[in-house]
Amino acid sequence: MAVGKVTFTKAEREKLAEVLWLLNWISVVAGMILFGLGLFLKIEIQKWQEVMSDQEILYAPHILITMGLAACGINFLGGKICLDCADTNKFLHWKLVMMPYIICTFFFTSCVLAGALMCYSIRSQLEESLFLGLRNAMRYYKDTDTPGRCYLKRTLDLLQIQFHCCGNTGYRDWFQVQWISDRYLDMTSSAVVDRLRSNVQGKYLVDSVPFSCCSTLSPRPCIQQQISNSSAHFSFDQQSQQLNLWKRGCRQTLLDHYTSIMQSVGLIVLLIWLFELLVLTGVRYLQTAMENVLRLGDPDSESDGWILENSLAETAHSNFNIIKNLGKCYQVDDDLNINIPAATAQQEVPSQQNQIPAAS
Amino acid sequence: MALMLIKFDLKKRVKLAQTVWFMYWFAVMAGVLVFSMGLFFKIELRKRSEFMDNNESHFLPNLLILMGLITCVTNAFGGKICYDSLDPSKFAKWKPMLKNFLVSCMCFNSLLLMTALLCFLMRIPLQFTLTEGLKNGMRYYKDTDTPGRCYMKRTLDLMQIEFRCCGNDNYRDWFEFQWVSNRYLDFSSKEVKDRIGSNVDGQYLMDAVPFSCCNPSSPRPCIQYQMTNNSAHYSYDHHTEDLNVWKRGCRDALLSYYGSMMNTIGALVVLVTILEVAVIIGLQYIHSSLSTLANPEDPESESEGWILEKTVKETFTDIMAKMKAMGKGSKVEEGGEAVVATVS
Repeated sequence: MAVGKVTFTKAEREKLAEVLWLLNWISVVAGMILFGLGLFLKIEIQKWQEVMSDQEILYAPHILITMGLAACGINFLGGKICLDCADTNKFLHWKLVMMPYIICTFFFTSCVLAGALMCYSIRSQLEESLFLGLRNAMRYYKDTDTPGRCYLKRTLDLLQIQFHCCGNTGYRDWFQVQWISDRYLDMTSSAVVDRLRSNVQGKYLVDSVPFSCCSTLSPRPCIQQQISNSSAHFSFDQQSQQLNLWKRGCRQTLLDHYTSIMQSVGLIVLLIWLFELLVLTGVRYLQTAMENVLRLGDPDSESDGWILENSLAETAHSNFNIIKNLGKCYQVDDDLNINIPAATAQQEVPSQQNQIPAAS
Repeated sequence: MALMLIKFDLKKRVKLAQTVWFMYWFAVMAGVLVFSMGLFFKIELRKRSEFMDNNESHFLPNLLILMGLITCVTNAFGGKICYDSLDPSKFAKWKPMLKNFLVSCMCFNSLLLMTALLCFLMRIPLQFTLTEGLKNGMRYYKDTDTPGRCYMKRTLDLMQIEFRCCGNDNYRDWFEFQWVSNRYLDFSSKEVKDRIGSNVDGQYLMDAVPFSCCNPSSPRPCIQYQMTNNSAHYSYDHHTEDLNVWKRGCRDALLSYYGSMMNTIGALVVLVTILEVAVIIGLQYIHSSLSTLANPEDPESESEGWILEKTVKETFTDIMAKMKAMGKGSKVEEGGEAVVATVS
């Protein structure tokens, strides 16, 4: 029993071919949109790549870029095929290509779906990556003389200024790393030596934050040093403390930023996937209808189109058998080309009989 | 001898009308462009009006908006005339006013050119407005509790961060203003009293800058306080340290920002003027070719088109003579009335 069987008249077949030609061209535009989305996502991620510890997040935009290019190619070919399919003579050119084309498009459509789902599932991986990346960035903030890390200070400062955030979870994270380089510490001073001795690792830890943590909303000039000591500053009350620095952590802010981008991109990719699925279904119907017309012999008659010739279970069963037989073709018993003595003796007798009448 | 005479047959006239119609549509879009550029410039001026002392002249953006609207309207009208020129009956109703329309278009074009010139010259008054405005901005930086000025600190900080600048000419301008509010100064402390006593106005001046002056590209943590005191910081020389705070003054930064915007707008307006001149020439050819038909009843007859009916010199003397005649005509009328009055 065929799946999704629909009968087409000649006029309906031609209309279907025209509509599919148009839809394929719209799909080419959709493919370009997909490419553009992948490119946009890649640029957005690369902007703050230095504060992400692993680069696996770049798989999603790369898949989208590849799928976008593939969509343009496949749908361009599809448009050409559909235009020719309206006429049975021209369809004969494409007959052998149609089935591989449809299988190819089916795989491509599933890849687009995979890309869309990847956009949605990226959140947990991103959180881990940002946590580690920001922690390392804060650790290497002071290493402006080490090649490979010399721009981390600038990147982290610009990040905190632009996204209105401070530290990993909050501003107190800065109290736990040494963010002032030893080059700018006077090692002869007793204050500095005391601080270095006050912790196990010999780091110069202070309860102060970099200038980029300062909030522009504060009514008073920014207090960066001795933040935990409210008596060190005149009239440093609760409200002043609240407004002084950015309260949010950069990990949460960046996570929210990227999640919202990814969700919008994922939604658009899902819509494009649905559209591609629609086009694929249409092309399949057109293919089966045209093949049935050729089988019936009369180009003007009605023909049936379907998605699958037999039910889903039977198709799966027959495909499975095909794959099994592919594996069997190299087994000895069935191969007729291999020399087996019993068979050759029987073949020699007839050839002798043929030669005797010729000689006489 | 006419200026740039060309012979036209029907086919050429139709082609001319179509081309000029296309050009008119481009000109309408150019008018929309001029309008939107005026709007954009007005919004940008509004955004930073606090640093222009709320005194900035909106004359130029308003003029651009007006010019854009007039351009759209005249070019749409001209396009309609072109479209109708293919049909003799429709064109007949436009014919009488076409000459006046062309003259008014020429005048409008010269106005457009003047607008472009203004765009390039606007920089000079802007410089003075910005100097005053920024000085006031820095003076009111600390007044975050005064209604009307409470956002000055935030706006100035955001501007210094965005434009990568510090102070008016350079960072030392901050040393001349008290930018820390009295609310946050401990008046019982000896140090505060000394500072306030050290100058005539009783202001708390220090050699320090706000955090928004800090340069993120600096290899060392930002030094904002005691900037001129080398011994206050380890391994620091304020003469050679050039990455610590932004070196540029905000006046220069804002001037170059607005200057480049105005130069671009001025260049685009000049291009629009050239396009307008081209469409006027096209319309003049249509007008002259349709008014010199060899056989007025037969639309397929040959005709001639020109830019000016006589040479430039002759046209000029004609205009002068007409203006003199107009001046004399009013004189004669007055004299005639006086005679009539005495007679009756």
